[in-house]
Amino acid sequence: MQRLACLTPVVVIFFACWLLPMAWLIALPAQKGWETYFAIFTHPRYWLSLVNTVGLSLLVTVLTLVLGSAVGIFLARHKFVGRGILLSLLTLPLSFPGVIIGFFMILLGGRQGLIADLSEALGAGRLTLAYGFLGLFLAYLYFSLPRAIATYTAAAEKMDLALEEAARTLGATRYAIVRDVWLPELAPTTLACAAIVFATSMGAFGTAFTLATKFEVLPITIYSEFTNYANFALAASLSIALGLVTWVVMYLARRYSDAATVLG
Amino acid sequence: MAQTHSPHRFPVTLALLTALVTLFMLTPMVLSITAGLVNNYSQGLASGLTTRWLEQVWEGYGDTVLWSLAIATACALITTVVGVPCAYALARTRSRWARVFEELLTLPVAVPGLATGLALILVYGHFRSFRQSFLFILVGHVVFTLPFVVRTVSSAFANRELIAIEEAARTLGAGFSRRLLGVLIPAVMPAIIASALMVFTLSVGEFNLTWMLHTPLTRTLPVGLADSYASMRIEVGSAYTLIFFIVVLPLLWGLQAIANEVQKRYGT
Repeated sequence: MQRLACLTPVVVIFFACWLLPMAWLIALPAQKGWETYFAIFTHPRYWLSLVNTVGLSLLVTVLTLVLGSAVGIFLARHKFVGRGILLSLLTLPLSFPGVIIGFFMILLGGRQGLIADLSEALGAGRLTLAYGFLGLFLAYLYFSLPRAIATYTAAAEKMDLALEEAARTLGATRYAIVRDVWLPELAPTTLACAAIVFATSMGAFGTAFTLATKFEVLPITIYSEFTNYANFALAASLSIALGLVTWVVMYLARRYSDAATVLG
Repeated sequence: MAQTHSPHRFPVTLALLTALVTLFMLTPMVLSITAGLVNNYSQGLASGLTTRWLEQVWEGYGDTVLWSLAIATACALITTVVGVPCAYALARTRSRWARVFEELLTLPVAVPGLATGLALILVYGHFRSFRQSFLFILVGHVVFTLPFVVRTVSSAFANRELIAIEEAARTLGAGFSRRLLGVLIPAVMPAIIASALMVFTLSVGEFNLTWMLHTPLTRTLPVGLADSYASMRIEVGSAYTLIFFIVVLPLLWGLQAIANEVQKRYGT
């Protein structure tokens, strides 16, 4: 009885403010006919947008895992002066809204950006990369890295150095150590981290919004269907597709690894 | 080739990658801080330092900072008050429905904020006075952050020792509210505070949902930021970003301090 009383407020809030609106969203495309649900497969533009988003997210995830694990292992093993400050600076962007990271990319690679100044000084003209694929890619990398660095540093601190020492004594090459010791030991972290980085990249809206990129990603497509064309059914259908992809990835990762690491 | 090296060799590749990543992460922060404080961005530091951009931001967007702080405070309070009892109930229930509900509760985090925002507008958008108030944004933030509170606090409640202590209190005749207020909540206080700070930080920085839910009269800090990036000169955008840092940094330090405290108390 007491437990029921404890649960009720959250259940009510969750049903009224999330489940009911979501059910409505899921039902909406039906008003325009069943084929609306499959718009993402049948319209070349939406399909391209999905392919773009998945491709970008996959690339970002792979590079984030490689760089994040390298930095994490390094920071976990070397206690130097200022290490704590460095770690907190590197994980600081976790709390930045996506728009700030888009703006960062404009400062780096925009028309008045640092890269433009540098390339001009080198005589290569003013180089702008912020508004194309590369700018978006770097921006996504920027907001993904802090999470990977934080998780890998924590995981690498718990790694068993004796295993590695043993492998080395037995004559394992550096490559073999990475493959046979690091990879398996960090596998749960990698799985959890990959899922969350991929899901975050798929759903990221603020960054692409600020950069107004020519490379169209799904959240921007959804937003413009909703605001520019007032095409609610289609926006809902595309949102369902996007939500399904990210949810499935998170769900699978959580099934195969520790629940706490994915959410926390 | 590695066999010939001593086992404690300095890992050059890792160090180089770390340096590269550090440069990549810190350069934009330094750029945006300096850009917000110089007279003219394209002339750099040579044009002299000024606070006039900060003043201009405060004049045009100061209310967004205050509203963001108000929403984040309300959000942290609401999610704590409703989330902590729910976390307790879930930690002490073994029924299948509780597990299903726990699974459902992770959905607002897994599903992109854009979709949640869209869903809220479609259902509640025509209640005009609700739609045009900050309450609309607050509702979105509460739904989005509630799962974090429930998860974090629930795993603190599930601590084995705590279950034994609660049992002891029960056999000694302590009623439910006495156990909750006198034993359980003090024991999980670090987790509660950490999750509340987390919610506050998430709420202050939330954009994906908020951009869908906002109106011209209900703008939060990130919404204002997006607006200034699109319509103001680069110095103003930078100064505004600097204000965001000033608001958020102390929070993060607080979070870190509490995380350390929790680690000390419950750490393995």
